[in-house]
Amino acid sequence: MKTPQGLKYAKTDEWIKVEGNQAIVGISDYAQDHLSDVVYVELMVEEGDTVSKGDTLATVESVKAAADVIFPASGKILEINEDLADSPETLNNDPYEAGWMIKMSLDDPSDLDALMDADAYTAYNKEREG
Amino acid sequence: MFTPHTSLEVEEMLKEIGVATIEELFDKVPEKYRFPELNLPAGISEMEIASELKEIASANASTEDFVSFLGAGAYDHYIPAAVDMLLRRGEFYTAYTPYQPEISQGTLQAIFEFQSLMTELTGMDVSNASHYDGATAAAEAANLAYHFFRGKRKKMLVARSVNPQYREVIRTYMQGFDDVQVLGDEVNLGDSSGFEELTDMIDQNTALVVVQYPDFFGRVINYTKLVNYSHDQGALVAFIFNPTALGLLKPPGAFDADIAVGDGQPLGIPISFGGPYLGIFTTKQKYIRKMAGRLVGETVDVEGNKAYVLTLTAREQHIRRERSTSNICTNQGLMTLATTIYLSLLGKQGFKQVANLCYQKAHYAAQQIAQLDGYQLAFPDEPFFHEFVVKTPRPVNEINLRLQDHWILGGFDLSEVYPEMQNQMLVAVTEKISKNDIDEFTAALQEVAHV
Repeated sequence: MKTPQGLKYAKTDEWIKVEGNQAIVGISDYAQDHLSDVVYVELMVEEGDTVSKGDTLATVESVKAAADVIFPASGKILEINEDLADSPETLNNDPYEAGWMIKMSLDDPSDLDALMDADAYTAYNKEREG
Repeated sequence: MFTPHTSLEVEEMLKEIGVATIEELFDKVPEKYRFPELNLPAGISEMEIASELKEIASANASTEDFVSFLGAGAYDHYIPAAVDMLLRRGEFYTAYTPYQPEISQGTLQAIFEFQSLMTELTGMDVSNASHYDGATAAAEAANLAYHFFRGKRKKMLVARSVNPQYREVIRTYMQGFDDVQVLGDEVNLGDSSGFEELTDMIDQNTALVVVQYPDFFGRVINYTKLVNYSHDQGALVAFIFNPTALGLLKPPGAFDADIAVGDGQPLGIPISFGGPYLGIFTTKQKYIRKMAGRLVGETVDVEGNKAYVLTLTAREQHIRRERSTSNICTNQGLMTLATTIYLSLLGKQGFKQVANLCYQKAHYAAQQIAQLDGYQLAFPDEPFFHEFVVKTPRPVNEINLRLQDHWILGGFDLSEVYPEMQNQMLVAVTEKISKNDIDEFTAALQEVAHV
C-alpha cells in the first residue's frame, strides 16, 4: 500500500497536498483498494464553489459500494478533475497523481493540523486491519 | 407474547424524555377519544359473514354493470384472460423482487423484458422496474431533477394541465427539500397563450418542467418549443404520458424529453379504487445514476450463458441510505408482469390497433356530442387522443346522476378540481365502448339536458 510522504491524510481516507497557494485533494491507495473497482465518480462541487470542511466532495461508486469523499479543509474550488467522469478507474490505477479530484485554495491552513502525516496514517491503517 | 421492550427499557426511555408514564404521552388526545367504545356485534359464522360481505359488495357498481365514459387518469380497457391466468401462477405471484434476486432468473427476465418494452414505447434510453403509480413516478422525476442539480436549482414548473392528483403528490414529495418551489398552478392553460406564459417562466433556476401528454383534458399538445426553451435554460423536462396513446403518438423521446413517466394501469391492469397501479419511469442514459428504483441488467454467467442481475444498485437506498435519490421507491413487481404479458399478447400491431380504436371511437363520440343542443366541445380546435372536454347545459354532477338510470357512467366533473370549469365534463372513450354505446350515451345526454 502506497502512502507517500509530504501529504496529509484524513481518518476518512482523503489525502491533501499543499503546493504553493493551492491544495490538491484525492483519496488514498488504502481507500481505492478497499472500494475495489471504481465504476463511477461524481464530483459534488464546481469550480468557484465555496466549501467547508466536512462537506461532501464526491461520491465514489465501486462494484460493491458507494462512498462519500469529504473535504478535509475549508476553502474555494479552483479546479476539478474532469477526466474522472470518463475514466473512473484512474482512482484505482493512480490515486495520488492522475487520480486527483479537486484543487482548492485554503481558508485556514491550520485545518491541516488536525490531519495525519504519512507515518501516522500507515500506523492508523495497520491498526484498522487489526 | 410479543414484548418488544422490557419494563426496564420502557422506564429508561420515559426517563430520557421526561415523562412519568406511557399514559402521559397520550394526554393531548381528548379523554373521550382515548378508548372509544367499539360496539362490535357478537361473532357470527363463516356462512353468515360471507353472505353479509356479499351483500355489502353488491352495493358497489362497477364497469361490469355500467358503460363507462369515465377516465381522468384510469382507463377501462379490455384485458385478455391470459394476463390474469399467467399472472397468478405461483412462480410469479409475489409483488417483491426476491431477496437473493439472481436466484430468480425468471422474475428478473420478466422485469428486463418490461424495461425493454417501456424504452421501446417511450423512445427513452432506460427504464427502471417501476414505482407505485403514475403520480409517484412523476414525483420521482422531480426528485431526480433536484438531485441532478444538487439542490442548486430551486424551481419545479408543473403545468396546470397535469393531473391534479399528480401535482399534489409532487408537492408532497418536494415539501421536505430546502426552498424548493413548485410553480405552474397559477397559469391557466385553457388556450395556447397559456403555454407561452408557462414557457416564459422557465429560467436558469428551473430544475424541471413537467407536462402531460396527452394532457389532463385529453389534448395532444406539441411541446417542441417548450422542450427546446427548457434545454436552452439548462432545465430538464419530464413528460407524463398515457401509455396507450403512445401506440399512435410521437413518443416523448422524439421530443427530446429528459424523463418520461406514466401510469401503466391502461396496459392490462384493472381499474380499482386505491390500486394496485404501476408507475413507469424512463429517462436518458446520462441520468441513470440519479434514477431511483430497481434496474435489471443482462450479462453472462461464468459459463458464458445469458443471465440477469440487479444492476447499479450502489445508487439505491439499501446501500446509499439517506444519500440515495429516493427512499420511497417500492416497485410493483406483479403489475410490471401484467403489463409485460399484456403488451406481449397484443404485439406491436395489436397495441397500435387498440390505440387507433380508442382514437376513432373517441372522435366519433365527440362529433356526435358536439351536434347536441346545449352541448359543445371545450377545445374544438385542439387535437385529442381518447379523451375530450364537453361543455354541458347543466352541472355535470346532475347529468351524471341521471345517466345512471341508463346504466351509463358519465365523464369526470372537471369543476371538482378546476373551479373555473363549471359545467364541463371530461369524457373518455376506450376500445371497449361500442358504436351502439356511444349512440345510447349521446341520446341519454340529450334527454338529460334539461331539468
